[in-house]
Amino acid sequence: MLGRGSGEVIGGKVALQLHPGVLAELAAGRDIATVSGTNGKTTTTRLLAAALAAVGPVATNGGGANMTPGVVTALAAPPRFARAAIEVDEIYLPQVAPALRPAAVLLLNVTRDQLDRSNETRRIAGMWRSLGAQLPDTVAVANVDDPLVVWAALGFARQVWVAAGQRWELDAAVCPACAALLQRGPGRWACPSCGLARPEPSVVTAAADRIEIDGRSRRIRLRLPGVVNAGNAAMAAAGARVLGIDPATAFAAMGAVRDVQGRYREVMLGDRSARLLLAKNPAGWLEMLELLEATEPRPVLIHFHARVADGRDPSWLWDVPLERLGGRDVHVSGERAEDVAVRLAYAGVPCTVHRDPVAAANAVGGADMIDVLATYTAFRELLLVTGEITEIEEEPA
Amino acid sequence: MSATSALRIALIYPELLGTYGDGGNALILQARSDWRGQPAEVVPVPAGQPLPSDCDVYLLGGGEDEPQALAAAGVRSGDLAGAVAGGAVVLAVCAGLQVIGTRFPGTDGHLHDGAGLVDLDTAPGTPRVVGDLVVQPRPETGLPLLYGYENHSGRTTLGEGVCALGGVRRGLGNGAGQRDERGRGYEGVWAPTGRGLVVGSYLHGPVLAQNPHLADLLLEAVCPDLPVADPHDPRLVRADSAAATLRAARARQTRVR
Repeated sequence: MLGRGSGEVIGGKVALQLHPGVLAELAAGRDIATVSGTNGKTTTTRLLAAALAAVGPVATNGGGANMTPGVVTALAAPPRFARAAIEVDEIYLPQVAPALRPAAVLLLNVTRDQLDRSNETRRIAGMWRSLGAQLPDTVAVANVDDPLVVWAALGFARQVWVAAGQRWELDAAVCPACAALLQRGPGRWACPSCGLARPEPSVVTAAADRIEIDGRSRRIRLRLPGVVNAGNAAMAAAGARVLGIDPATAFAAMGAVRDVQGRYREVMLGDRSARLLLAKNPAGWLEMLELLEATEPRPVLIHFHARVADGRDPSWLWDVPLERLGGRDVHVSGERAEDVAVRLAYAGVPCTVHRDPVAAANAVGGADMIDVLATYTAFRELLLVTGEITEIEEEPA
Repeated sequence: MSATSALRIALIYPELLGTYGDGGNALILQARSDWRGQPAEVVPVPAGQPLPSDCDVYLLGGGEDEPQALAAAGVRSGDLAGAVAGGAVVLAVCAGLQVIGTRFPGTDGHLHDGAGLVDLDTAPGTPRVVGDLVVQPRPETGLPLLYGYENHSGRTTLGEGVCALGGVRRGLGNGAGQRDERGRGYEGVWAPTGRGLVVGSYLHGPVLAQNPHLADLLLEAVCPDLPVADPHDPRLVRADSAAATLRAARARQTRVR
């Protein structure tokens, strides 16, 4: 199902030109949940779609076409009144959601993504917060571990609070409401000045295989690895519940999801078997490092670009604790491989730079599976190189 | 500083002035000092804490408007000027450069007081400049071209007699219209002060990753009897050959060499 991205977009673009009100018409009378955030939105949308599919047909933009045309195309697919799991780009949410009038908006996290943009995190959270007033019947399903998300969700009339996790804290050092320095401790944060604080969650990600709902602990069996994906599943389950699907049904259905648009997929890269991991910003990197450390240390290939869709400034590499790759066999490729090599040199991690990812994979000694970490456009390129997709869709602006 | 004690590198308010990866400058200075036989430690100064007065190097990085105003209040209440007069070195990048001046604009265009360490002030400007920045450093620094990335909307004017770090070869830099004798726009600030040195710049990257010569200059300014590095130290060889390749790539991409 990969590689349909450009098709998803073109149909929607044409429909919008012919009839700008098409989105509201397509959305009327159906149960919709949207998913937005810097990291995890494609995965969470996929998990949510799986949960909804357990009880009936589902419309979804699983290809990641998450701006208005992609949403139109997803909703235009029959059957007419299917429930919908819709990924929406965080900046487009205020544009798209008023037309969709979703039952639930899932708000995952807001962290630095492309350093070329400025004041982005606070601005996005502010736009989400204002959206609440236009959607009086919508429930905000919100991650309590991100202060920006909590502040945004408080703009809505009703919330379901989910502890979905957020290892990365540097984009919410100050209070989103009053700019005072937040006080933080394990599992809590609070503003000493205005009193904004982490709400008590009703859904809690306890471990990679355990989620608590309303105080009751449940074992879950996901094929997607790591605590980060348990957090995505917790958000998806909370969203599905707003649409009337009980958690047991939702988790059972999510257990069938193996990979998402190539993320976590095991492929042949050159002569090597490789697991593909997307790591497009420091928050995502932190989660992926955690995931690498959950299995035996494999060789690592970092395939790194800094194109427009990645953010042209790769300085954020220095915010990532790459020291944690110490002791592994580390290889680097991509248009900005040199930036990674300098970072690794100061991290005390020797690496080898290669001209392309296939040459890199073939040069790794031993026979283990290798873990490949790639930025957004570099990841797309890997899918193309390994034959997982046949074309690269246009890059988002 | 004495040769026996560890070099102390203060990383000032990383939660507030750490948005653009500038914390990397601390890691780089620490490593390069260490490799030259001078042990060094990074002293993170968390937001809300007063500035220490006993550090040898003070680093201020880039940040967003509201955190920047909060950071400036903290820096103002410390005695950075006293530390510099006593021989400390300051490297202030982007928001940090603005904070060490006299005034800078906040979110609503409202002007905040800086720490007044250097006579420079920053006004709001449009458009925001985002892109490659290449700087020809002033000759007395002995530095080769400085490569990096700029991302700011401030326009910084240097006071009478205050020197720029260099002239802009690509990008905007300070952007307030001041030019050197070759017609190049000013970039950053170069201010030997008392026994110390203040260097400011809009260069991210982080700046010392792409420009290790500047890292060595700062270390030698604070520690004049720093031993010469062993050119065969594999750690140094790895870092400098990677940086040389990176610089060559930047030269190709920006067509400035």
